[in-house]
Amino acid sequence: MAKVKTRNEIRFILNGEDIALADVAPDATLLDWLRLDRTLRGTKEGCAEGDCGACTVLVGRLSAGRLVYESVNACIRFLGSLDATHVVTVEHLRGTGENLHPVQRAMVDFHGSQCGFCTPGFVMSLYALWMRSPDPSDAAIEKALQGNLCRCTGYEAIMRAARAISRYGKAAKDPLAAERKSITARLAALKDGARVEIGAGKARLIVPADADDLAKLLDKEPGATLVAGSTDVGLWVTKHMRDIGPAVFIGNLDGLCTISEDKGVISIGAGITYSEAFATLSKRLPALGPLFDRIGGEQVRNMGTIGGNIANGSPIGDTPPPLIALGARLTLRRGGKRRTIPLEDFFVAYGKQDRRPGEFVEAVHVPVPAKAAKFAVYKITKRRDEDITAALGAFHLTLARNGTVADIRIAYGGMAATPKRAFAVEKALLGKPWTEETVEAAMAEYASDFTPLTDMRASAEYRALAGKNLLLRFYIETMGTKAPFQVSRDEAA
Amino acid sequence: MTKHVPNLKAQKIQGGVASDQRHDSAHKHVSGTAVYIDDMPEPAGTLHGCLGLSAATHATITRMDLSAVRAAPGVVDVLTAKDVPGENDISPTGRHDEPVLADGKVEFYGQPIFCVIAETREQARRATRLAKVEYKQLPFVTDIGELNPRKDKLVTPPLTLKRGDAEAAIKAAPRKLKGKMRVGGQEHFYLEGHIAMAVPGEDEDVTIYSSTQHPSEVQHMVSHALGVPSNAITVEIRRMGGGFGGKETQGNQFAALAAIAAKRHHRAVKIRPDRDDDMTATGKRHDFVVDYEVGFDDDGNILGVDFMFAARCGFSSDLSGPVTDRALFHCDNTYFWPAVHAQSAPLYTNTVSNTAFRGFGGPQGMVGAERVIDEVAFAVGKDPLEIRKKNFYGTSDRNVTPYHQTVEDNIIHRIIAELEASSNYERRRREIRAFNANSRFIKRGLALTPVKFGISFTATHYNQAGALVHVYTDGSVHLNHGGTEMGQGLYLKVAQVVAEEFQIDLDQVKITATTTGKVPNTSATAASSGSDLNGMAAQNGARQIKDRLTNFAAEKYQVPRDQVLFLPNRVRIGNQEIAFADLVKQAYMARIQLSAAGFYKTPKIHWNRDKGEGRPFYYFAYGASCSEVSVDTLTGEYVVERTDILHETGRSLNRAIDLGQIEGGFIQGMGWLTTEELWWDEKGRLRTHAPSTYKIPLASDRPKIFNVTLADWPEAHEPTVHRSKAVGEPPFPLGMSVLHALSDAVASVADHRICPRLDAPATPERVLMAIERLRAARPA
Repeated sequence: MAKVKTRNEIRFILNGEDIALADVAPDATLLDWLRLDRTLRGTKEGCAEGDCGACTVLVGRLSAGRLVYESVNACIRFLGSLDATHVVTVEHLRGTGENLHPVQRAMVDFHGSQCGFCTPGFVMSLYALWMRSPDPSDAAIEKALQGNLCRCTGYEAIMRAARAISRYGKAAKDPLAAERKSITARLAALKDGARVEIGAGKARLIVPADADDLAKLLDKEPGATLVAGSTDVGLWVTKHMRDIGPAVFIGNLDGLCTISEDKGVISIGAGITYSEAFATLSKRLPALGPLFDRIGGEQVRNMGTIGGNIANGSPIGDTPPPLIALGARLTLRRGGKRRTIPLEDFFVAYGKQDRRPGEFVEAVHVPVPAKAAKFAVYKITKRRDEDITAALGAFHLTLARNGTVADIRIAYGGMAATPKRAFAVEKALLGKPWTEETVEAAMAEYASDFTPLTDMRASAEYRALAGKNLLLRFYIETMGTKAPFQVSRDEAA
Repeated sequence: MTKHVPNLKAQKIQGGVASDQRHDSAHKHVSGTAVYIDDMPEPAGTLHGCLGLSAATHATITRMDLSAVRAAPGVVDVLTAKDVPGENDISPTGRHDEPVLADGKVEFYGQPIFCVIAETREQARRATRLAKVEYKQLPFVTDIGELNPRKDKLVTPPLTLKRGDAEAAIKAAPRKLKGKMRVGGQEHFYLEGHIAMAVPGEDEDVTIYSSTQHPSEVQHMVSHALGVPSNAITVEIRRMGGGFGGKETQGNQFAALAAIAAKRHHRAVKIRPDRDDDMTATGKRHDFVVDYEVGFDDDGNILGVDFMFAARCGFSSDLSGPVTDRALFHCDNTYFWPAVHAQSAPLYTNTVSNTAFRGFGGPQGMVGAERVIDEVAFAVGKDPLEIRKKNFYGTSDRNVTPYHQTVEDNIIHRIIAELEASSNYERRRREIRAFNANSRFIKRGLALTPVKFGISFTATHYNQAGALVHVYTDGSVHLNHGGTEMGQGLYLKVAQVVAEEFQIDLDQVKITATTTGKVPNTSATAASSGSDLNGMAAQNGARQIKDRLTNFAAEKYQVPRDQVLFLPNRVRIGNQEIAFADLVKQAYMARIQLSAAGFYKTPKIHWNRDKGEGRPFYYFAYGASCSEVSVDTLTGEYVVERTDILHETGRSLNRAIDLGQIEGGFIQGMGWLTTEELWWDEKGRLRTHAPSTYKIPLASDRPKIFNVTLADWPEAHEPTVHRSKAVGEPPFPLGMSVLHALSDAVASVADHRICPRLDAPATPERVLMAIERLRAARPA
């Protein structure tokens, strides 16, 4: 590996201004920096955990060479992760002449604000949506606003405003659209292939030059905190005030952000965000589309990575169960050495994963199921969107020609200390005719597979009951019923 | 903003009453330039505070070692109970049961016991974690389900309402039944959390910027805690990022501590708790256990009702007295109970002290009433809507409430008739039956529920308001009043009233921050009373000035008073018209006073709590909603397919604002009854203290079809401000239609023969468990 050059400052663009920060703590958040250091106080703190969206700003970055602007939560976004980006806050919005920006005008005219505290965040989320989709459907608006809470309006006025934005201006003529070329060039220039290193000891902050650099670095510094999307690590800081230094920021890292398909296996780099994966996965694995739409809010999906969701080892991570059901494998890397293991083997026990010192999750490899196979995943939550899973079941079934179960893989989240296969249920189904009687009999086996817990999201009884009912739902779905088998937000009554 | 030149030929002013004006701060909200307290530039040297919270649910503190806290980087001071110079109490009702900082004993998990003051907020937060506190645990109770409302400890005296002999009526009734309902509490989740910044002045003076709905109370509490007179304390608030009742009393603590620290260190002090601390340490809507017994006949006519409303109040009284009173005041909703007995039990628990929240107990009372209706409907096998209509208050008879006030303004019959027609209730009822018969897993449900909400503070003395109106020599107006702006558009509505009074364009009226220095002894902006009280007070102030201007013009131009007419932006005096600003200038030169303090008190109301009799409410506000849901009977998940609302606000001052209140109120009410769940663990710790665990509605939780109509025909029965009616709280209980639609869908699994007794919040879990219960009990 060639020696990489080192730089001692984070460089990015804030609105119109070039920023170079040589004194940045690893746990410094974008929101605090905006509000306290820059006194840009249009961006608000509502929850400091990435759930309310009052702090929404846009981050523009080069993704495979193309400039994309995404809504993110400034409260849990670390400054260290902003190298070579364009940060856009509400203060940067402007319209023609003395006018407000089209998004702002629509919000004013349609009474989209009451107390106004959440409003800058809504404006920024709608701005991101409008730039990529000037005439969005209601479903698209709702999806773009899943990460924005409003307690006053009941959202109806905001929806009216969102539908009307294009009446106030053309997205193609927006300043950010007009400046795309120059911003792209400026960001490309900032991406100079250098490793960023700031501070020493616990205050050390590192942005590796690329995945190889990360491997080298981590080999030497196995205790460093790896920060990808910071949708979880962000809370270690804002809520638990944990020291995360030395911290290595691996979001948007060259060599970790590829998604490719080879011989029916999709390989997803650990730095790929939910949003980036969505296009490929929803096409190749359609059952994952609706699930991804219900992971976090838009801001979290723009930041959070599938690699992080796995590496973090949470029993309620949403991606491991479906990936386990699909038979995914995980590549871990230390220095130049790689090993690839079945994903389910990575989860050893609660809070314990098979990640050795100096190793990092490099990629997950997901086999696309055979055409004849049936694959589905169902997530159960208290609130439909932007909620953490109470129970999640993933099912992958292959039937033999005679209608018996040739192969079945069932994995759950929220039902045990780790994402876990339902081996007893699978066994009760394997080789049996795929009938409701078989399914009913197999449902009794859940009790031997899972002993769920009671917590604030659901009781043990509910998890057990709703969890096993998902198998029945899966059976009904595979029978191609025309009658609705689950509630849906999609079409009106 | 460009400078406004008044149109002197206009037919009508811009922005008078009954016109749809956008929120006065809308352009600032959207551009991030509306200043909330945390956005204000801090005075140089500002310190920051962070509360240290109890880690025990009920305990005596045996040892508190704060040395590591004091030694932490940036820490300037650590306040404990003994550092409160005045009285260590912020009980808003004078019951002396709520310390600023706990002294030797803690009564709920998360109770503030000390306060760290440091150079930065971050330093204060980090230092707080270093405290070593040892506790001797005491037995605790967090759940009122374990308590006996007739025997266990109360935080404040209960109330009994009775009219007729309920016991005898139930006994004599052909049919009777008993039941129990649980209805959950609710976190306010104002997007802007609590915050106070205290800036010390000379002598004993302190100015406090506080996110509060009740600046006068903050002033009083800070003065008590500091041991100084009220005139040393000035409290100011331009706007809050939401309040919903959560900032009626709960800001006192932060303001008091900031003020104490500011005086100790002669530096400004800001306290802005983290969201988790805010949700842990400040009060919420009361949850209730409602026991009911009802006697009725075979047609579903209710003959007698007996209620016990037991509430989880937390460790202190706060506003639990008036909240539980208001639950009883609404245990009738829109129904005439021929004989009624209703009791409250404001129970002591080792939880945070519950407080005001939009509706103030009223919605909980109404939920109890609607459960009784459902029970009777299932018992007699009729559509609940039929039972509702059968038992409505009459207009000339059957119109006396359980508190002996006569309902004089009843319009519920027309509201329901219009909504029933516009929502196609009957046709959809048939369609849903057909759908359910053919759908194995997904079941639909439909319900139409009414709302009647009493308007006025039940503490009669709160029904007063003041305003300060200045007219400057250029004809521009400076308006101030005791009401606070939390997003509801109060400032705008009151400014519209003043613009209308002077007949000047709205942008000639400057809206200014609420401060105890301008208008004293104000009431909380609460009980939906903001526009009614402050609008009338401001109108009174404007009228005093107008009266002086009229007298001056009549005298100067030698015309009778009735020939002085205020036209849009101008005044006609005899045969000539002069600009409003010119008349003002002339009046000034003639040494006419151009400033007035307006005042208003609500007439007619009175209340004798000991007897349970009186007229606590000036009037009632009405509305109704109809909701349809789809429920997944495998998981309990659901969606709201459609909601239709018909709600009245009298002759609205601003329909655009009122529509926002109705839509927002409904969604908030729906959230309360569906996904918003407060959950305590076995150690008595509230575990839903952040938006990651506490789920308020999202845009995607709105009904897929949402039709909201303001009834355009009613006007206020009483001479309220321009015959408008209150709109803050009344739309909140419209959310009940979703709970009852869910209940209806659940009932379908047992062929509508068993009352599902679906408790709230009806989370997917509660819905599924109710389905299981009904399936098990289903007649073969």
